[in-house]
Amino acid sequence: MSSVDIQTVLPELALAIYAMVALLAAVYTGKDALAKPITWITGAVMVAIALMVAGGDGNTASFNGMFLDDAYARFAKVAILLSAATVLVMGEATMSRRGLLRFEYPILVALGTVGMMMMVSAGDLMALYMGLELQSLSLYVVASLNRDSVKSTEAGLKYFVLGALSSGLLLYGASLTYGYAGTTLFSGIIEAANDGHVGLGLLVGLVFVTAGLAFKVSAVPFHMWTPDVYEGAPTPVTAFFATAPKLAAMALFGRVMFDAFGGAIGDWQQIIALLAVLSMFLGAIAAIGQTNIKRLMAYSSIAHMGFALMGLAAGTEYGVQAMLLYMAVYLTMNIGTFAFIMSMERDGRPVADIAALNQFAVNDKLRGLAMLVLLFSLAGVPPMLGFFAKYGVLIAAVQSGLTWLAVAGVVASVIGAFYYLRIVYFMYFGEEGEGLELNMSPAAWVALVGSAAIVVLGVVNFFGIETAAAAAAEALVK
Amino acid sequence: MVQIILFAPLIAALIAGFGHRVIGDKGAQVLTTALLFLSALLSWATFLSLGSETQHIHIMDWVQSGTLSVDWSIRLDRLTAIMLIVVTTVSSLVHLYSMGYMADDPQFKGESYRPRFFAYLSFFTFAMLMLVTADNLLQMFFGWEGVGVASYLLIGFYYKKPSANAAAIKAFVVNRVGDFGFLLGLFGLYYLTDSLMLDDIFAAAPALAETELHFLWRDWNAANLLAFLLFVGAMGKSAQLFLHTWLPDAMEGPTPVSALIHAATMVTAGVFLVCRMSPLMEYAPEATGFVVFIGATTAFFAATVGLVQNDIKRVIAYSTCSQLGYMFVAAGVGVYSVAMFHLFTHAFFKAMLFLGAGSVIHGMHHEQDMRNYGDLRKKLPMTFWAMMIGTLAITGVGIPLTTIGFAGFLSKDAVIESAYAGTQGGYAFWMLVIAALFTSFYSWRLMFMTFYGKARGDKHTHEHAHESPMTMLVPLGVLALGSVFAGMIWYGSFFGDHDKVNSFFGIEAHAEMAAEGDHAEAGETHEDASGDQAADAATADTNADATHSEGEDHAATMADPAHAPVAAVHHGEAPKGAIFMGPDNHVIDDAHHAPAWVKVSPFIAMLIGLVTAYWFYMVNTSLPKKLAETFPHVYQFLLNKWYFDEIYEVLFVKPIFAIGRFLWKRGDGNVIDGFLNGTAMGVVPWFTKQAGRAQTGYLFTYAFSMVLGIVALVTIMILFSGGAH
Repeated sequence: MSSVDIQTVLPELALAIYAMVALLAAVYTGKDALAKPITWITGAVMVAIALMVAGGDGNTASFNGMFLDDAYARFAKVAILLSAATVLVMGEATMSRRGLLRFEYPILVALGTVGMMMMVSAGDLMALYMGLELQSLSLYVVASLNRDSVKSTEAGLKYFVLGALSSGLLLYGASLTYGYAGTTLFSGIIEAANDGHVGLGLLVGLVFVTAGLAFKVSAVPFHMWTPDVYEGAPTPVTAFFATAPKLAAMALFGRVMFDAFGGAIGDWQQIIALLAVLSMFLGAIAAIGQTNIKRLMAYSSIAHMGFALMGLAAGTEYGVQAMLLYMAVYLTMNIGTFAFIMSMERDGRPVADIAALNQFAVNDKLRGLAMLVLLFSLAGVPPMLGFFAKYGVLIAAVQSGLTWLAVAGVVASVIGAFYYLRIVYFMYFGEEGEGLELNMSPAAWVALVGSAAIVVLGVVNFFGIETAAAAAAEALVK
Repeated sequence: MVQIILFAPLIAALIAGFGHRVIGDKGAQVLTTALLFLSALLSWATFLSLGSETQHIHIMDWVQSGTLSVDWSIRLDRLTAIMLIVVTTVSSLVHLYSMGYMADDPQFKGESYRPRFFAYLSFFTFAMLMLVTADNLLQMFFGWEGVGVASYLLIGFYYKKPSANAAAIKAFVVNRVGDFGFLLGLFGLYYLTDSLMLDDIFAAAPALAETELHFLWRDWNAANLLAFLLFVGAMGKSAQLFLHTWLPDAMEGPTPVSALIHAATMVTAGVFLVCRMSPLMEYAPEATGFVVFIGATTAFFAATVGLVQNDIKRVIAYSTCSQLGYMFVAAGVGVYSVAMFHLFTHAFFKAMLFLGAGSVIHGMHHEQDMRNYGDLRKKLPMTFWAMMIGTLAITGVGIPLTTIGFAGFLSKDAVIESAYAGTQGGYAFWMLVIAALFTSFYSWRLMFMTFYGKARGDKHTHEHAHESPMTMLVPLGVLALGSVFAGMIWYGSFFGDHDKVNSFFGIEAHAEMAAEGDHAEAGETHEDASGDQAADAATADTNADATHSEGEDHAATMADPAHAPVAAVHHGEAPKGAIFMGPDNHVIDDAHHAPAWVKVSPFIAMLIGLVTAYWFYMVNTSLPKKLAETFPHVYQFLLNKWYFDEIYEVLFVKPIFAIGRFLWKRGDGNVIDGFLNGTAMGVVPWFTKQAGRAQTGYLFTYAFSMVLGIVALVTIMILFSGGAH
């Protein structure tokens, strides 16, 4: 372990140390009374670290290649940190109103974030697993944060059990890979795979690793936990689930596929394409039947992961770029949408029933409009960013000869548009219902209106993200 | 000046159409009428001061795309000038007339409808002027479609009447059939000559005559095919047989519209087209043969149908159809000047007949059935005299073997003589003579039923019958002048005198002159003179040069005066003049030398028709009924217009409706809507339900699905990739 190694992991180290210090400080002093300041401080620390990461450059492999610091990892880390910070801050008021703002919450999120950062930087199967488990364990706990609620604990438990199963699959795949490649280092695996042909054992290992990762991005058929956990967990936690971990898992997916199995693109391409098409269709079709907006958003995220996987399935640099852009846009849209959803209340109690949105936009023009913009963007209506994100992955798929996949994506997107537009319909033309109060903290308001604005204004130049994504994709695919 | 003629109606239409709220009902009427009179005045000035040189007045560049270069420019020659005066004169008079006729329409109580009417009329006039001034076929097509639209709007002017709407649609659809032919002709010409400019096409006509063009299942002679296709367009617009069905129905429009569009101007566009394309037609003997056949048959057919119609406007409509047939025969046999002559005189007397009929209808409170007329000459004296003059003109009253007579006498006789000369006394000639007999019969029948005999029909209506206001009578008077004198004044220019005809139409007697070698020294124009230069190159010079360079015997060329222009054409020269008659086209001279019995025959036919009508409707009024009862089939056949509408109904309308309904109900409704609705409301919700059912909430289900998933993935991987190794 050299000083260069330390320097490379400095952001992760800083966040981890901060989390431990905060934990100790809170335990020995004010406990939950400190929850609010800790939440804000955690957010601030994350933003600071994001800035630090964004300032980095170069392509470093430290710890003998187990930890990679390249443009790809930095792009993912900045997105993870910023979205985690935003979700923390905007959910603070809601958590506190529900009596759920325990001091462990921000700290667990911080630790989960460390895990995610580890994941996207992993250059070795063991580093990968470490990051993945650190993230997962944090998420299991925050899922059941509302331990007095049956639903919340059930969600946590389900997530835990199924997560364990997926971890098992992943580990099994990792051991197979190790067995056939003789190394856990990605750089070693790619050499083994590149050696003229890819052995069957290695391919089976690849499939199992893929299955483990597919669970994390909730791709069909490893998605079943998603609606239950989204519904059961407190809404701000759901918002967290729907954002940073998804991007981290997607980024890790790309990392493994290209860095470790880049020599077998033709082999994993069809698997990923299959996962993508199944996810897009199931996400679109199953969401139609939902009356709970959180479950609906779960299916929505499944469908969106399908689209992101389409970019990955392209197996090209442009595909990776499209996938990263898609995820960035996805994060923005989901943060805004969840800022809205977590504020939905009636008589001080949270509501998640879609019917509660009836005529909402008639009374609340600005927030109604912001929600409309976000939903249109989620549906992929031009000129919102969501359309261009989808367009990117479709082009990537077509360019790699996966026209059938692109066509399927368009069809799924048409089906999926239905349930987004249905919400818009309820908001503007629905029947007079019991009404809805939107109890929004300023932070949530900023998140909602801000993301809506980004989704519209981003049309101009994507805020320059495109260049960063292109650099990241180049760093990964080389 | 020509620009003012052209754009005054457009400006009038725009202001009346969009600005009538500002200038008011009255303002719109006065403005459009005044501008039209201005147009008419300038047209006459143009007509009378026209030189023999064809003028091209550039207005603006229009389409520039690849080799397609079309400008918007006016071609001003004799043909254009004739059409200009016909169109603007009749149009301005109809505008004036409409101020009275449309004064209060029971269909539009309390609504502002007059500005709309006048705007349509002016718009029509503009489109028609576009058509006749066209210097290229695209511009002509623009006008062609413009008048179609105006005609559609005006036929359906009483849009509250379903029958008017049906008639408007019918007119439009039937015209589409013709327009399709016209378009094909246009495409073909562009394909072969790479230009739509008239001069280029005329220059290429001789070459086209030697070109084969594959169309449908076989090769055709290009000139014949293209001339035929253009004529199909003319058939639609001019309501010739097979495409004539829309014209009688078009009478649903207000009567001034019938006078302007469906008698004097638009329907003659087809004749104008054939005359305009005379340089092409001259090289298309089979096509012109077809034109003669269709024209003669239409003249005969429409006249027979006209015999038994009872609606006053329909009688005149069939008469129009029949007279258009005459014009086509003249054009078909190659005597374009005579076709234009008849077009010219016909515009006067037919417009007057229509306007007179409108006056009767107006006076009789919109009663159109002649069986309810009778004895109206005292109630409507001015109208009666106008109609009488119109009838004398259309039936062709004059002094045989002289050039003294009503307009129709001179032009119709000229047509018939040309037909005799052109077909050596064949089918067309006899058809036209018989048609002349019938024309006389139904025209006098109309007169006798309307103005003589006993008053029939609603007594109340007859008591209140009244003469029309001055705004309606003045146009009748002006047109009456034309009907009486137009023939006598211009007989020589159109038909009578060979040299006069040539100078009138700007056919510089170059054919003769060039051969005399006056300009043999001017040899600058080279063999490769392109069509572009054709317009301005000095024709006579080229002719001389051309004959020379071809190495032909100069003396021989001199001996054959008609030979020179042919040589010029070979060298890419458009023939000079508004019309072109081929070197072998001596029909006009032959017509002059037709036997006396031929020249007298239409007069005799007219007399027989007059006497028969007098006998049937004045002396023994029960005779027509008896006759109809004696020959019920013939009567029904004629009354039902040879069953054309019924045959088309069975052959085209019903099958197309059936196909349409099939595609709509089965194709669109069941297949497309069914597929989408089925998917959206049946298949997708079913899957949604299944997905919901799969989401049991039990852990083992979820885990099981994951395991199934991994099994499937591994299987796929082994089958499709791993298995290969």
